[in-house]
Amino acid sequence: MITLDSIRKRFGALDVLQDVSLAVRPGAVTALVGPNGSGKTTLIKIILGLTRADAGALHVDGARADAAGAYRRAIGYMPQAAHFPTNLRVGDVLELVTQLRPGEAIDDDLARAFNMDGIRTKLVGTLSGGTRQKVNAVVAFMFKPSLLILDEPTAGLDPLAAAVLKEKIRAVRTEGRAVLITSHILAELETLADDVAFLCDGTLRFSGPVAALLDRTKSRSLEEAVAALLRTERVPQRATPDAVTTSRVAPLLAPQPQGGR
Amino acid sequence: MNIVRLVLQAGLRDLSRNRWIVAYTLAFLGIAEGLFWFGGTGPQVLLSMLNLVLLVLPLVALVFGTIHVYASREFVELLLAQPVPRRELFAGLYLGLALPLAAAFLVGAGIPFAVHARAGASLGGVAALLGAGVGLSLAFAALATWIALHTDDRLKGVGLALGTWLAATVVYDGLVLGAAAAFGNYPLERPLLGLMLANPVDVARVLVLTQLDVSALMGYTGALFEHTFGTALGTSIAAVALLAWCAVPLLLADRRFRTRDF
Repeated sequence: MITLDSIRKRFGALDVLQDVSLAVRPGAVTALVGPNGSGKTTLIKIILGLTRADAGALHVDGARADAAGAYRRAIGYMPQAAHFPTNLRVGDVLELVTQLRPGEAIDDDLARAFNMDGIRTKLVGTLSGGTRQKVNAVVAFMFKPSLLILDEPTAGLDPLAAAVLKEKIRAVRTEGRAVLITSHILAELETLADDVAFLCDGTLRFSGPVAALLDRTKSRSLEEAVAALLRTERVPQRATPDAVTTSRVAPLLAPQPQGGR
Repeated sequence: MNIVRLVLQAGLRDLSRNRWIVAYTLAFLGIAEGLFWFGGTGPQVLLSMLNLVLLVLPLVALVFGTIHVYASREFVELLLAQPVPRRELFAGLYLGLALPLAAAFLVGAGIPFAVHARAGASLGGVAALLGAGVGLSLAFAALATWIALHTDDRLKGVGLALGTWLAATVVYDGLVLGAAAAFGNYPLERPLLGLMLANPVDVARVLVLTQLDVSALMGYTGALFEHTFGTALGTSIAAVALLAWCAVPLLLADRRFRTRDF
């Protein structure tokens, strides 16, 4: 369980995140959505410790995240694009990450599904973009962290590989682990996400179950619902009291029973 | 320490297969061997190589180093997302850049001098040249890392690296000479010695030249340096100054790496 409490971040004169409070619950896929420049990447970087929040707290499995970064043992991260050193072999990359996290249980499902053994001796620089993205996914899923953060995970993957990855995401959820995922392909998110967190201009405008969002915005799809949120973004909103996340923004949506999918 | 070793190992693997590093090694090898081949005696080759080292090493370490740090940015972010402390990660990343650069020079310039050991170059002179080259590689790789960590704009970062090279190799000596000419009526010995220590290229030059009997080539500050300190003390002071030139930018880069947002 990852909880963010009143996270604030400012870059110069720009308030990138303003009092964002969010909980990513175990056994669920939480979609982090929002327009470009809404603060999604910064929020992810704060969770990972790449960027430091100006104020607020981050708790991982109940313990406050420390600067030393030991809490990241609970996190697997798949960036939007893999930029491994081009002169390393795929085996070198996998070996490095494995050795940086000694003693952690290894999950090699994805490595087998993506046939890492077949490309282990290849230089990263000789791989296609899609194959690099497979290595990227394997690195993120290699251990059994309690939270997986996936930034546009299917970008660049062929449909078959994307289906394998989505199946793995569902399996991770079934195992009771948490997944935080961002993507601009909302239709894809809809098939995966249980919860949605909508960021706009650095403020969390909505957070809660996808079903609740669809119901309240009278939408048939996540895409329509997000569009509706964008249209009404100036109107303060609040998640349901028992929703997985909280927002300091005033309520628009009335309480609604949980409808996580 | 284990993390430093792992990240360093990855850096060494990556750069040992880098075509620019291979070309850099072969260039030193070819030039030094060529100088011997065309009849140069040991001391002559040593002096020619010194001029090359003072000009080329800072340029390659600064430009290649800056570009390498920028190119590694996303990989560094991926490593930072692992449960590893930033300080150890930084040490591994820096050494993974600086050691291949230093090793490329050592191999490229060292082999010809080893092969032509009987050509008359003094052992002290060769050791000083190789030591100065390694020191310059480490110092300018640290400066390059610091520049790249300070400036997110890659173009600006590479521009700063080139500016630093120009300042250290050309502009600085010109300014010192101008100051010496303008204030010739004043006792400038001590300020000039201080100014010499404030530029790693000058320090490396004096470090090598104090090992050779060529005070005429040392320039004003070099000759003054040897006259003031003598050979042994002069070499020691220059070596310590070069070490400081490695340590200070490295500490600044380390601090920046530990505190900055990625």
